[in-house]
Amino acid sequence: MNFETVIGLEIHAELKSKTKIFCSCSTKFGAEPNANTCPICTGVPGTLPVLNEEVVNLAIKAGTALGCTINKYNKMDRKNYFYPDLPKNYQTSQFDLPICSGGLVEFEHEGKQVKVRLNRIHIEEDAGKLVHVEGEPISLVDYNRVGVPLAEIVTEPDLRSVSEAVAFMKKLKSILEYGEISDCRMEQGSLRCDANISLRPVGQKEFGLRVELKNINSFRELQKALEKEERRQRELYTYGEGHKVVQETRRWDAAKGKTIPMRSKEEADDYRYVVEPDLPPIIIYDEQIETITKSLPEMPDEKKERFLTAYELTEKEVDILIGDKGLATFFEKVVKLGVMPKAACNWILGDILRILNDRKIESEDMTLEAENFARLLKVVEEGKISNNVGREVLDEIFDENKDPMKMIEEKGLMQISSSDELEKIVDEVIANNPQSVEDFKAGKTQSAGFLMGRVMKLSKGKANPKVAKELVDKKLSEI
Amino acid sequence: MQMNIKEMVEKIKSGELTSEALVQSYIEEITKSEPTINAFLTLTCDEALAKAKEIDAKIKAGESLGRLAGIPIAIKDNICTEGVHTTCASKMLEDFIPPYDATVIKKLLAEDAIIIGKTNMDEFAMGSSNENSAFKKTLNPRDITRVPGGSSGGSAAAVAAKFAPVSLGSDTGGSIRQPAAFCGVVGLKPTYGLVSRFGLIAFGSSLDQIGPFSNSVEDSAYILNIISGTDEYDSTSIRDLKEIDYTAGLQDGIKGMKIGVPEEFFGEGLDEEIKESVKNSLDKLKELGAEVETFSLPIIKEGLAAYYIMSSAEASTNLDRYDGIRYGYKTPNYTNLDELVENSRTEGFGAEVKRRIMLGTYALASGYYDAYYKKADAFRRKLRYDLKKTFEKYDLIVGPVSPVLPFKIGEKKADPLAMYLADIYTINVNLAGNPAISIPAGKSKEGLPIGIQLMGDMLCEEKIFKAAYSLEQALAIEL
Repeated sequence: MNFETVIGLEIHAELKSKTKIFCSCSTKFGAEPNANTCPICTGVPGTLPVLNEEVVNLAIKAGTALGCTINKYNKMDRKNYFYPDLPKNYQTSQFDLPICSGGLVEFEHEGKQVKVRLNRIHIEEDAGKLVHVEGEPISLVDYNRVGVPLAEIVTEPDLRSVSEAVAFMKKLKSILEYGEISDCRMEQGSLRCDANISLRPVGQKEFGLRVELKNINSFRELQKALEKEERRQRELYTYGEGHKVVQETRRWDAAKGKTIPMRSKEEADDYRYVVEPDLPPIIIYDEQIETITKSLPEMPDEKKERFLTAYELTEKEVDILIGDKGLATFFEKVVKLGVMPKAACNWILGDILRILNDRKIESEDMTLEAENFARLLKVVEEGKISNNVGREVLDEIFDENKDPMKMIEEKGLMQISSSDELEKIVDEVIANNPQSVEDFKAGKTQSAGFLMGRVMKLSKGKANPKVAKELVDKKLSEI
Repeated sequence: MQMNIKEMVEKIKSGELTSEALVQSYIEEITKSEPTINAFLTLTCDEALAKAKEIDAKIKAGESLGRLAGIPIAIKDNICTEGVHTTCASKMLEDFIPPYDATVIKKLLAEDAIIIGKTNMDEFAMGSSNENSAFKKTLNPRDITRVPGGSSGGSAAAVAAKFAPVSLGSDTGGSIRQPAAFCGVVGLKPTYGLVSRFGLIAFGSSLDQIGPFSNSVEDSAYILNIISGTDEYDSTSIRDLKEIDYTAGLQDGIKGMKIGVPEEFFGEGLDEEIKESVKNSLDKLKELGAEVETFSLPIIKEGLAAYYIMSSAEASTNLDRYDGIRYGYKTPNYTNLDELVENSRTEGFGAEVKRRIMLGTYALASGYYDAYYKKADAFRRKLRYDLKKTFEKYDLIVGPVSPVLPFKIGEKKADPLAMYLADIYTINVNLAGNPAISIPAGKSKEGLPIGIQLMGDMLCEEKIFKAAYSLEQALAIEL
């Protein structure tokens, strides 16, 4: 039997506010354990939350960017469950009245236009992190993440394949990044997702029993987890022999590369949702929405359109640039500094990407600044150094954002373009290689290439190839 | 007649009286009677004396001091005091020392008040007799065979026993007004949101309100001047409050004031002597020029059920955080996480607290939510509306505080429902948020105090104080 895959996603994106959702602790990643905590976020008795206005505005921004309806009257609720990463043993979230409803994300995938409806976006506080000490019967808790503001974005079950789901995540990520709504640093946990996946025979209207996969934090893991679960369900339907797909929650174990059952529908938690009595309802005004809508930065689709018309790049090039906000921003800076767009694009998609991959660095974390990169590209453009030397210089300056000019000068890498200097070198090469000159005269034109190689070698690669070639050709014809 | 607080402060500031002598006189009372009364859980007499000397020295040095310069004050043990045990009379928080001061404490200290101790209460403010304290039983200073009421019984007893001229309590369903009536002192529950809850360890967050106990209406108004006000750390505190001097209009009289008396307050279950006493007070109010009218307000008969659902539901989530992991009681009996949490809570909470947690958990459980919590919430809206309408017609509603006289220790301990019924006249204003005061109205044949309750429209404390002051002066009760 042929099956159709149905997928819906629940995405947690950390909202880009400087302080936590209910207190003034920093949201900065990487602090010492429990350094970013206070009596409020650790739920010390008697303390009360105060909602961070910035978080509300970021959620409105997300809703605007994703085509949602902003609910002008919404409220916070408590979701109660006992777990040591939650200092109050309830998470302050939104239940029946979220800040945004509906929404639509459109993107092109494998030649077809995919439309994914959103169910809702709500705001909530993140939980802490448990650290299980290897070999010891203890666990430690780091509450730095507690109270970090999250937007939970829930889609309708509109995705029909694993690759579509991954493409959707990429699209969503770029919207959140370009909207300056979330940093979407998956490796830091600021963008995570849970996936609901079910199978149904092609043509059947009703959905099959769905399985929720938790703990997915990269595109690759999303792909792997979904593929694995898709196969597991297909095999159960096809060869089950009494084993059945059950509605349950399974945890994706990236290390083992498989999903592990967490709980079934019968043992589902009762969260005892209740209105958060410490926070009044959230009232949003039209002017607030208007101001935020106006302040929305250029979205990826608009940027793509502009890149295509302004810079004469191919669609593929533009897609790669836009797909990585750090690269696109870097590219635009470099072009603004006067570098030809095509050259900037070639260098970024070629050399910069290569170095980032080698060094395993995200484009946002690149230390090299556009100014120094542009300076390097201009010297290459002017023919003062060759492409190859340029590449070497880039490698040298990349990690510490060094000045390329200084590097070129110190190492004497500047290309020799003056005919006088080059003439001496060419003369020397011709004088030292009489056989090759003879061969050339005998009609072996490739000997000119050999002589050019010698010129480059003797000049330690600094000879301007164009000028050198002209000189070699001239000298040979004169002989 | 006893001096009121304003006079004490004036005398201290003029040097006619020293704070040291004043504090010393209260410490003498404490030394003499506290071993019998048991009003305090923590006494800070030494610190109080040291602070009194400091204040006297400052006055001598000509420094200008605050509105409570040198006045000792007792604080209910659910209000956080930095560096001083705050236990909620629970084994769960036996060793809890808050790292911060509640907003009300900050305000008192800013006016140079002196904290003399933390008072006993029903565990987590759940109870009407102080018998639910995990540590000791406070006795009623007017008759030591009887309870002082609750849950703020220690604070009421402290003022009645002259351990302090004033104290703070908290009122979730009558926890200030009922013990005030039982101990023959003045107790005010301000409008919800008029006094900051930041630092008040939560019971029912949407009902809890801090208020003063005092010997006179004037002192009550004087303290409200100091503790009221918008607090940016409490999102439920009322914004843009007008600056009001609650003591200003006390002597204006009540000629023409319209007073409504709900007939539902005088039905079955009301003690005859209390009924007589309240009627006598109503006659006095008439004599003073008020228009007193009996009317029907059927909804107030139904409040009790809604109150116990609402307050228990909120309590069940507020008390989730006590799990033995970060602070508070931790069981020695556990082998895994679930046992740690379960046993800590089983051993750390008293019977009544567990009863309310179960009640609240049940009311919020999925499948029961609509029948209980949602219905209680709907009732609450209706009650608010009905009270609003009532206050369009009347300036105040007047009635009894408690249906029964101070009962014997142990008399109702075995019958939680009878204990809950003691709140029947007080819970309505908590559900609606309105202010109410309890002042002495007379004595029973046995000499037990009887209180009368004056309830007002939202933020109409001025009217309440005015009428209460006139009645207090006219009745001139000597207890």
